[in-house]
Amino acid sequence: MDSVKDNPILKREIIMDHYQNPRNYNLVDDNNYRQIHMYLDSCFDDIYLQVLINHDIIEDVRFDGVACAIATASTSIMTEIVKGCSIRQADKIIQNYFDMLNQKDYDEKLLKEAIVFDTLGRQANRIKCATIGWKGLKKLIDKNKNDKE
Amino acid sequence: MFDVNKIRQDFWMLQGKTNEGKPLIYLDNGATTLKPNCVIEMINDYYKKFTSNIQRSDYQLAYQVDEAYQKAREVVADFINCQSREVVFTYGATHGLNQVAYGYGLKNLSKNDEILITVAEHASNTLPWYRLAQITGAKVKFIPLDDKGRLTLENVKKMLNEKVKIVSIAHVTNVLGYCSDIKEISKAVHEVGGILVVDGAQSVPHIKTDVKDLDCDFLVFSGHKMCGPTAIGVMYGKYHLLEKMEPLMLGGGMNSRFDASFNVLLKEAPHKFEAGTPNIEAVLGLKAAIQYLQAIGMDNITRYEVQLRKYAISEMKKLDNVIIYNSDADVGIISFNIIDKDKILFGHDVSTYLSKHGLCLRSGNHCAKNLWQHLGTDSTVRCALYFYNTKQEIDKLIEVLKTTTLENCIDAVI
Repeated sequence: MDSVKDNPILKREIIMDHYQNPRNYNLVDDNNYRQIHMYLDSCFDDIYLQVLINHDIIEDVRFDGVACAIATASTSIMTEIVKGCSIRQADKIIQNYFDMLNQKDYDEKLLKEAIVFDTLGRQANRIKCATIGWKGLKKLIDKNKNDKE
Repeated sequence: MFDVNKIRQDFWMLQGKTNEGKPLIYLDNGATTLKPNCVIEMINDYYKKFTSNIQRSDYQLAYQVDEAYQKAREVVADFINCQSREVVFTYGATHGLNQVAYGYGLKNLSKNDEILITVAEHASNTLPWYRLAQITGAKVKFIPLDDKGRLTLENVKKMLNEKVKIVSIAHVTNVLGYCSDIKEISKAVHEVGGILVVDGAQSVPHIKTDVKDLDCDFLVFSGHKMCGPTAIGVMYGKYHLLEKMEPLMLGGGMNSRFDASFNVLLKEAPHKFEAGTPNIEAVLGLKAAIQYLQAIGMDNITRYEVQLRKYAISEMKKLDNVIIYNSDADVGIISFNIIDKDKILFGHDVSTYLSKHGLCLRSGNHCAKNLWQHLGTDSTVRCALYFYNTKQEIDKLIEVLKTTTLENCIDAVI
């Protein structure tokens, strides 16, 4: 992914693509999915996130809502990365993503296309947008763990 | 003579300050305004030269502060044309509206009474009424706006009946900047026996306000939106209403006597509403701000803002990627969105891009969450002008708006 990291035009194209054609978009009407409503008090980002977890594997993640380019693209990218992952893997990916935004050390390989946000941490007022979907997934995973215990 | 370049010299924030490395262009005056040096100096002076509490006039220093504090009340009274005993210092317009809702509303409203507001009201002129209605069983009803989002006298009259006890509306709305005809509305409200509460947060800083002429029963406003410090505001109330109203907070400074048999004697208004040590620095700062505005002249301020807005609107209309929601508004608020590839760009993406060019504009719902269905959009970018903004700043805004595309908005973040 080094090529993406050093290529601002490619980064922008990836973000625009996910914003204009968000993946795993629209919710399903299925009680087996866990759902969470995530919204920012400080702006208009307002999304619903759904996850289907079976035997500790994330079988599906979906989202819907009204959100800015950064919130939409970052959530869309996240859904693609974590789909099919075990919960442990997803936890690790999420932690690495937060580390990247907090300008700490992180494992690039785990983040795939999410690497497009590698410098977003410098724009402190937009970190909330870039993490809204990711925080939602973390909450859903944690809730799943707690319910099982 | 109104000379904007000379006026700009009065503001430290306008002396070479930058935003993201570019010269600061501050167009978020609906949220808060910059402070002239005289206000900042007044606050400094209070701490450097005459710190002491008010109402402790046993010694000379405290007496001086007490005098200055009471003088501030007179300055406010002169500014809005009322008696100084009708001026209550609050923490801001929000505090004032809550004080009216609970201090007046709880005593005077009962089941099935009606409170009228509009969907264009700020959260602070909406949520206190929701709670008041919940407690008393009264109903909050919305006066319909016209197609443009304006409040008309005709629509107010349609909603008025003898059950209406309180009508609470903004003189100028914070998203659309339309000015309501308070004088006529007040007449109509009084005819059915109701009281009129006016949220002046967006009007008092921009247009000359005369409460006697408007004949409103309460008017609230905030100091920080008119060159004053934050956390200071004013609640004006007709004195006979203040007399009957309960204070929101109890404590020191607002009581005359109390004893262990639970006898409590409150001070007279306005003092009974000012419990605890007040925000003295801000009261003095507000006084300085009002005197500063008066020296420029409120009519000059309005005239200049209206001209500047007219210029901004005519320039923005030349751009084919801008939708303006309030072309014909009365004060310097311009609510707009940018279109790219047939889609409205999300406000936050736009304001981040504008910020890269030094431009400070706010985007979002501007605390008026009930309004958006009416406008047919989720949020807007808001350019809110004040008398220290210039044509050159508008030109810069226009130049940057021309290049506001989804690509550039994303580039601004990555």
